[in-house]
Amino acid sequence: MRFGVVRFPGTCDEIDALRACAAVGDAELLWHGDADLKGVDAVVVPGGFSYGDYLRVGALARFSPVMGEVIKFAEAGGPVLGICNGFQILCEAGLLPGALLPNLSMRFVCREVELVVGTDRAAFTRGIDVGTHLTIPAKHKCGRYYVPDDQLAELHANDQVLFRYAAGHNPNGSIDDIAGVCNVAGNVAGLMPHPEHAVDALLGSVDGLRLFAAATERAVAA
Amino acid sequence: MAETQALPQFPDVAAGAVPEGTPPGVENAVALGLTREEYALVAEKMEREPTQVELAMFSLMWSEHCSYKHSKKLLGTLPTKGPDLVLGPGENAGAVQAANGWIAAFKVESHNHPSAVEPFQGAATGVGGILRDIFALGARPVAVMDALRFGEPEDSERSRFLLDGAVSGIGHYGNLIGVPNIGGDVYFEGPYETNCLVNAMAIGLVRKETLTLSAAEGVGNVVVLFGASTGRDGIGGASVLASAELGEDDASKRPTVQVGDPFEEKKVMECSLELLERGLIVSLQDLGAAGLTSSASEMASKGEVGLDLDVSLVPLREAGLEPFEVMVSESQERMLCVVEPHMVDEVLAVTEKWEVYGAPIGLVTDSRRFRVFDEGTLVGDMPVPALVDDCPLYDLHPEKPSESLYPAPPKRLADDATPGVVLRTLLGSPNLADRTPLFQQYDQIVQSRTVRRPGEAGAAVLAIPEADASLAPADIAAGALGAAPGAAGQEPGADGPRPAIAASIDGSGRRVAADPYNGTIWNVLECAANLATVGARPLGLTNNLNFGNPEKPAIAWQLTEAIRGLGDACRAMDTPVVGGNVSLYNEGTTGPIYPTPVVGMVGELPDATKTAPLGFARAGDRIAIVGRSRPQLEVSELAKLRGLPIPDGLPAWDIAEARTTIEAVRDAVRRGDLSSATDVAEGGIATAIAESAIAGGIGAQIDAGDGTSDAATEAAWHLLFGEAPGLFVVSGSAEALARLEEHTGVDVIGIVGGDRVQIHVAGVAIDEPVDGLGAVWRGGLAPFFP
Repeated sequence: MRFGVVRFPGTCDEIDALRACAAVGDAELLWHGDADLKGVDAVVVPGGFSYGDYLRVGALARFSPVMGEVIKFAEAGGPVLGICNGFQILCEAGLLPGALLPNLSMRFVCREVELVVGTDRAAFTRGIDVGTHLTIPAKHKCGRYYVPDDQLAELHANDQVLFRYAAGHNPNGSIDDIAGVCNVAGNVAGLMPHPEHAVDALLGSVDGLRLFAAATERAVAA
Repeated sequence: MAETQALPQFPDVAAGAVPEGTPPGVENAVALGLTREEYALVAEKMEREPTQVELAMFSLMWSEHCSYKHSKKLLGTLPTKGPDLVLGPGENAGAVQAANGWIAAFKVESHNHPSAVEPFQGAATGVGGILRDIFALGARPVAVMDALRFGEPEDSERSRFLLDGAVSGIGHYGNLIGVPNIGGDVYFEGPYETNCLVNAMAIGLVRKETLTLSAAEGVGNVVVLFGASTGRDGIGGASVLASAELGEDDASKRPTVQVGDPFEEKKVMECSLELLERGLIVSLQDLGAAGLTSSASEMASKGEVGLDLDVSLVPLREAGLEPFEVMVSESQERMLCVVEPHMVDEVLAVTEKWEVYGAPIGLVTDSRRFRVFDEGTLVGDMPVPALVDDCPLYDLHPEKPSESLYPAPPKRLADDATPGVVLRTLLGSPNLADRTPLFQQYDQIVQSRTVRRPGEAGAAVLAIPEADASLAPADIAAGALGAAPGAAGQEPGADGPRPAIAASIDGSGRRVAADPYNGTIWNVLECAANLATVGARPLGLTNNLNFGNPEKPAIAWQLTEAIRGLGDACRAMDTPVVGGNVSLYNEGTTGPIYPTPVVGMVGELPDATKTAPLGFARAGDRIAIVGRSRPQLEVSELAKLRGLPIPDGLPAWDIAEARTTIEAVRDAVRRGDLSSATDVAEGGIATAIAESAIAGGIGAQIDAGDGTSDAATEAAWHLLFGEAPGLFVVSGSAEALARLEEHTGVDVIGIVGGDRVQIHVAGVAIDEPVDGLGAVWRGGLAPFFP
């Protein structure tokens, strides 16, 4: 299993994501200016502030050469995970429904949050029981998930709610406590918290590793 | 690869040729901050009056900010040698040897006056500036910390505005560039009301092979400016803003504050590190205060060479900048490097990859002169030593003031408040309350090294990479990271020791105001104590000396005594000063700030898995006071809340005794003996116990003495709420504490358990629920970040 981790100017968490991927498979960086996924088996669009997040979070990155290829890869059923800024970019690219708005507090917030797995049919939650609690840090200023009410009903009907914040853990005012969603097919997933920052017990938690392991279909003991 | 770039060409100007332009004269020099005597000296060195470009450059290089003319003699007394030292003062940052062959580069720098005028951009560019100092050495910045001082937020809307702006600015810059903020300290005291302090410290990691110095070398080599374009922002920042007192009309100084762009800096940082990792450049220097003038002349000075620059080759943000403006602009996110001619194309290909400007603007010469051209016309020609080294140094005229410079703080606590009320008031006071509302605005974890996040322990702890790891993304991408051996979730070597560095930044101004010598010693000891609580040994120290106007005898006395204390403490602790920063003229409309020597320390610990947390961990553990210093109420946080004036003088601390205690605690932590460890700081032992209970979510029962006399009660107040260096509150098994007692004073005073903090010492009794104390503590700062 070979992961590609996209690197834009302004990406901050690409090395962290690379290390997380490397713990369960092989991993390499994909450059934003190259319309080339180098034949990887899965793509991670990591966190940070692509192109400074000027204009609107994720709005510029969505038009980069590499994202053209990521969109094709996703539409062909390839597994794609967007984390934080990556989630914002996948929403901007239309690969995932909804949008990420500024936190209700209007402030950046960095803290450990508890997530509840909403579906196990996505490429990155396969094998993790629905209802499982994962402790993973969140850090963002624009992470308030929003979809209109009719689309929210659709999300639930299509089993697209990937993660919800556990009671009392919603750090940003996301609608229905939604922390992450997947597309209808389940191959494209995005979440605001950072699983790549929960892969080493010394640094706080190893729960995030299960998402990367799920993509390799290699079960990890709970 | 880019097309071959034309290298800069310079006309053959005869030595001694007089540059274009009429000299602006002495009145202009005075307006730019030079004295008449200094102007005369410039003219003498130049053998003629300086042109506009030359005068602008001299006024900056001879400013306090760049020349340290009032502090250099004193700084020379500080100890700067040690077995772990790699790079001492004089380079962009200092550096010490850490574990696994990694070198830790670090430095603290102030951005006080810009932050007092425009807090968001002032603080943001403070972070940007200190990060450039780190990556200029070839080190990847791995952490930022900061020391912040404001007026009292309860009373002052201005202080709340400055606090919110500075915290937002620090977060904005650090978060966006992807460097974790791992904590720091923040204090609120009246004397910082109009002149807040924003000191930012950065730490980087580098291998010896990549460590790069700033000296320009190689006659004929090309000087390349890269990064952002140059505009009119920050003109005169070092001289007009940083080297004079603040006054009523400071809004007019806003244009002297630079505007930062962290996205640009992120690109400049990756570009710089790639240039160094690939060995494409000879030397590198950031552009900070005094812009191109300072960075270019210091590179020339260190390399003992000359430079020819042409300002018309500098990429501009707006048309029509005068040559002097190009030379003094403090536009952010710019770097200057020296490149061998045949490498220029490759260097420019890298700047192009990172989408930053890259422009060859000059050549290294053997003339020892700094010559400035504008489209080939000579507009400035100065001897490098005159510019960099010949600024006159001034002797201070220290004199201890006959009475305190500072009014008593406002009274916030009645004299007859019960011990329980006192403890709650202390815990909720801005100087002691939970810093989470502030720290959570910073990314604490990016780069995946943060073992202890802000507030989790007495010092921040960062894991050090494996000996053979590379921090270069190119290497990692090239397959240095294969599938990790062993079970998923384990870093290689996860079962073995995990070496780490620890860092702390501290510096109470009130103690130093009471006694500059003993107060500064206390600050150094407190920083070392912070490191000890996580098991770390100090490797080196950086300092930021924030003081008022040194031309006033009382301030000169504070500065002289503080530096004497700093030197004595560092020698006694065998910890070298690796560099630092001096910020003078910190005076607002209400007088000088508290003298504030901020101390930043970096230490090493062999195994981060043994790091003790701050909070009590296990019911039944014994609680002990460790150390033999006598707690003092006179300069304590309690005295402040009672509205008492600052005392004149502090006890002379027994530094050797404090060191013994600090090292004993450090070794106990390293053995894994202690369940919790915290040093006794503001609020004293009672506060340390309460904070350990809150952090651990478990209570404590303390019983230490039964006396009922007034003297016994007075002694109990001193014990519980007094403050002194070299004191700790720890918890652990009886056996562990007995082992600790073999090395230092250990006084077992109670036991961990229950859900209340119950303290009984002579006539002083406290009985409060942990939850209630926690609520007060957590609520102290939150209202200031609505």
